[in-house]
Amino acid sequence: MKTGRLSLLWKFMAGYRRTYLAAILAVAGATLAAYAVPLVVRLTIDSVLGGKPLDLPPFAARLILSVVSMDYAKTNLWVAAIVIIGFTTVGGVFQFFQKKWSAVASERTAQNMRETLYDHLQHLSYEYHVKAETGDLIQRSTSDVETVRKFVAIQLVEVGRAVVLLGTAYPLLFTIHVPLALLSLPIVVVIFIFSMVFFSRVQAAFTKSDESEGRLSTVLQENLTGVRVVRAFARQQHEEEKFAERNREFRDLTWRLIRVFATYWCSSDILAMTHMCVTLLAGTWFAIRGELSVGDIVVFISVEGMILWPVRQLGRILADMGKASVSLGRIEEVLQQPTEYPLEPGAKPAITGRVEFRDVHFSYGDDREILKGISFVAEPGMTVAILGPTGSGKSSLVQLLSRLYDYTAGSITIDGVELREIDKKWIRSHIGFVLQEPFLYAKTVKENIGLARRSAQDTDVFEAARDAAIHDVIERFDKGYETLVGERGVTLSGGQKQRVAIARALITGNPILVFDDSLSAVDTETDVAIRRALLKRAKGATTFIISHRVTTLSSADLILVLDDGEIVQAGTHEELMGQEGLYRRVWGIQNSLEDDLEKELNSERV
Amino acid sequence: MNAFEEQDYTQQIDPQLWRKLLRLAARRKWRLFALGFVMILVAGIDAYFPMLNRRAIDEFIIPGVADGLGWFLAQYLALIALQATNVFALISLAGRIEIDIVHDLREVGFRRLQELSLSYYDRTPVGWIMARMTSDAQRLGDTISWGLVDIVWGGTMMLAIGGFMIGMNPRLGLTVLSVMPPLVLVSMYFQKRILESNREVRKTNSRISGAYNEGIMGAKTTKTLVRERANLADFQKLTNRMRTASVRTAVFSGLYLPIVLALGSIGTGLALWAGGASVLLGTITYGTLVAFVGYTVQFFEPVRELARVITELQAAQASAERLMSLIETEPEVTDMPEVTERYGDVFAPRRENWERARGRIEFCGVGFRYKDGEEVLKDFNLVVEPGETLALVGETGSGKSTIVNLACRFYEPTEGRILVDGRDYRERSILWHESHLGYVLQQPHLFSGTIRENIRYGRLDATDAEVEEAARLVNAEHFIARTEKGYESEVGEGGNLLSTGEKQLVSFARAIVANPAFFVFDEATSSVDTESERLIQDAVQKVLEGRTSFIIAHRLSTIRSADRILVIDRGQIVEQGTHRELLALRGKYYHLYTSQFLEEEEQELLIHH
Repeated sequence: MKTGRLSLLWKFMAGYRRTYLAAILAVAGATLAAYAVPLVVRLTIDSVLGGKPLDLPPFAARLILSVVSMDYAKTNLWVAAIVIIGFTTVGGVFQFFQKKWSAVASERTAQNMRETLYDHLQHLSYEYHVKAETGDLIQRSTSDVETVRKFVAIQLVEVGRAVVLLGTAYPLLFTIHVPLALLSLPIVVVIFIFSMVFFSRVQAAFTKSDESEGRLSTVLQENLTGVRVVRAFARQQHEEEKFAERNREFRDLTWRLIRVFATYWCSSDILAMTHMCVTLLAGTWFAIRGELSVGDIVVFISVEGMILWPVRQLGRILADMGKASVSLGRIEEVLQQPTEYPLEPGAKPAITGRVEFRDVHFSYGDDREILKGISFVAEPGMTVAILGPTGSGKSSLVQLLSRLYDYTAGSITIDGVELREIDKKWIRSHIGFVLQEPFLYAKTVKENIGLARRSAQDTDVFEAARDAAIHDVIERFDKGYETLVGERGVTLSGGQKQRVAIARALITGNPILVFDDSLSAVDTETDVAIRRALLKRAKGATTFIISHRVTTLSSADLILVLDDGEIVQAGTHEELMGQEGLYRRVWGIQNSLEDDLEKELNSERV
Repeated sequence: MNAFEEQDYTQQIDPQLWRKLLRLAARRKWRLFALGFVMILVAGIDAYFPMLNRRAIDEFIIPGVADGLGWFLAQYLALIALQATNVFALISLAGRIEIDIVHDLREVGFRRLQELSLSYYDRTPVGWIMARMTSDAQRLGDTISWGLVDIVWGGTMMLAIGGFMIGMNPRLGLTVLSVMPPLVLVSMYFQKRILESNREVRKTNSRISGAYNEGIMGAKTTKTLVRERANLADFQKLTNRMRTASVRTAVFSGLYLPIVLALGSIGTGLALWAGGASVLLGTITYGTLVAFVGYTVQFFEPVRELARVITELQAAQASAERLMSLIETEPEVTDMPEVTERYGDVFAPRRENWERARGRIEFCGVGFRYKDGEEVLKDFNLVVEPGETLALVGETGSGKSTIVNLACRFYEPTEGRILVDGRDYRERSILWHESHLGYVLQQPHLFSGTIRENIRYGRLDATDAEVEEAARLVNAEHFIARTEKGYESEVGEGGNLLSTGEKQLVSFARAIVANPAFFVFDEATSSVDTESERLIQDAVQKVLEGRTSFIIAHRLSTIRSADRILVIDRGQIVEQGTHRELLALRGKYYHLYTSQFLEEEEQELLIHH
């Protein structure tokens, strides 16, 4: 694993590294305690029952004999039973703490990763989110985190266990009988190498089967989402054949995988059983020659049995560990994206709503300038309407206000303070910004409206909803304001969403309001009603409205007509009506409608 | 994302459900029996290994003779060979059964999905169906085959170990086995708790995915509302819950194993105590003592496996319930048996008995209400002559879509009749009706594959020339020629490699190739660029020519070109006639038309400025 990734993991483990270390130590404790059973059985059979002298290092023999004499043990065999139960219980306690501590450490690590990722994602720039691939990011934040968690919680611990086991088992066996230990060692090595090779090779077959499953899901998904097309062309039979083919393909590829596994486990079993067979028979041979006791054989068989399974699993674990490195890399990539917030906080001036643009230029970092020298002044309480063709820079202009993007040249001042100097969160919390496609959270309607102002009472919510002409709609829902929004609740139409978002912006009482074409999905009458309420409610607020509805535009204090990043016309309705230009032409359509219709009727009559 | 809530798991084992499932698995009967047999062998041999140690000690080590060691080795090797074969057979059989069951369940499920009425799809989220067909099917196959493996292995192993112990020495055997009942109880208790808390982990996990989804999709709004901190606080509640639940699961399983091991060690202790005494008395051999100790160390394993499988069966039952509910859903629109006899069914149509449709449609006193009782249409009457183009206009929810759905027979009238060429359409098969239908959706849907394959979807036996001719007719050939591989270009999943306008054109070509008697067009409201718009309008006219057409219209040019315009409001025709007639009325149509007109003209001006 690359060191950068390891140090990232190390960082995530902060605060719980010692817990984790304790877990690893507990593994060692549990493993060592597990030797007690065979060793006590050996002692009981050979020395207590068989009357042989203790075959132990002198200090251990002295220690045991000072507690209990062999004769006493012989008539009171319960002592051996108690010792076994005692050691197993101690081992169990170690095992419990190993599980608990490694769970605490790995879960804390995972939680840390999840929260860091979530917070980081929220603070990435607006631009990043415009282009973000949601599915991929979610994958990184969930599956990849899970892979790393497993690495910490299970794989490392298991590797630790295997190392401790192998590191202690063989020294123990060597002290008992060198030739027998030497005889069994090569088979263990072969089993280990075999599992390593197998599990790293089998990855490719897994990938194939996974891909085939992906194709199967795609066919199913397309059939389900396109069910109307299938029916309209009566293609059920064709679809069934298509699905059957994928279904078969997946089954066959998985079958191939199963056969590979069957072969592997079968061969690995042969090796493992042969290993046990060699131990037993060679042990028996040595025992007959008087080199080994019955108790020694019990120890050999038990300990070899303890080693086998971890060794056979080791290949799989090591193969899986590679995935953790990849996952950490993918997480690191997300975290390396720069956030939009500087370390030091910006200015937090009082904001009343005077906005001044002076020769403002803006581009997305390429050659194309989106805004070219925009200048205008909006006094507090003024309504500024913006009109312009698609791509003329309307949205960019208002997005600059909330510092969703920063202008590249010129100056924007809010109440005399340079916008670039103002803290991003500060300015945003003073602007009620309604996006064209606003997002509603998976909360109740009431929470969605109230969340912009923490102190909001129910009456405030209702009032804001009324002004946004959505109150009646909400009341008609079965659960009224307590209705959940989103997939698990009611799906709102585009216009309804926009109105909830408007209510959410209104409730804040912010000195600046921005409507980025956010009445587009609302019908004309509702639009008028909302604007009327707006005039009453947000009298003091400087309001920016992007719209192409002439009625909306005409009542503004200042109308800006944008074209290709420049203000081509600016003024009140009266002033702009006096000029040739886009505004007058848009306005003209309305009046010419009657004439056009008359003409149309007449012409067709001819 | 899996945001929709899964129904909770049932607690009781439902024998009827499992009987149904076993019937599904009946095709694999012999394999299942074979697997069961192999598992008995595997468990028997597994249980026999400590007996080999016993023999080695008693026959060779204690007497100190090597005579017959070769024969013993031969037996051991034979057993290894047999067991290895068994393991191979076990994995192959269980794996085969698993994938076959999954395969069959998916096949049956998919077939049923092709028969279900569209009303089912209107009610059921695609994600729900996907989950049934993928993970639930997988889990069922898994549980049936591997569950059988574990149950037979665990059961046989327990019996065999018990049998060997009692066989060697009944008194000692029964003494040692006395730890079994608490072992079983503890195992059942813990496995249940572990499963429950695992379920909580999974639920929380899917909510975390949902939260990420919301966090990313809503990031732009979050910025404008300065909600970052509040969102993180919400999210932390979830991650805290996740951590608590996961640690709880780990603690449960961390407690379980030591307790079981400790219980097992009581067995070992008992074996050593009582067994050791017996050795001294000479009633049992050293080998027997060692075998007893060996058994006590391993007999918690089958208990654990059995307890785990039994709790997992409950979880699998929930999967089974959900999948069976899909498979057993009856389609609401079906053919009568006598119709099927003449016309064939969806998978085996009898096209030789099909008559050609002329294209006359008549609604006679048609009423329609949804299952929940909501009435959408009442006593609706309409005659559409062959070749006539009908535009339906009206607000969302006025009933336009219902009329079209009824005409397509996606739904059937709850009252009255719909006649096609003078006969109630229920007297012909659904497939007959659908085969004479062409349909272009608001949001055009294509399938993964090439452009050519997608156009040919309209008529599978269309020649390349016909496909290209259709593309030419709807002006799709220009953009096709511009793509790298022309007609062989991949369109991507759901057609996502093409723009909306291009998808529209391909779907028109597909409709042309099908050459249907009836044509239904649900017009898009979303704006495409002007050039595509012009091409699409032109294509629409080509498709409409000479066919009975229903259009849910939004664009003026489409509306104007219709032979007849119906203004629908609350399930009623409030105005009908040609464009000119309706304008002259100065009623609802006039109002709709003028506001739409304004909208479009303004748009026009702003876009083409």
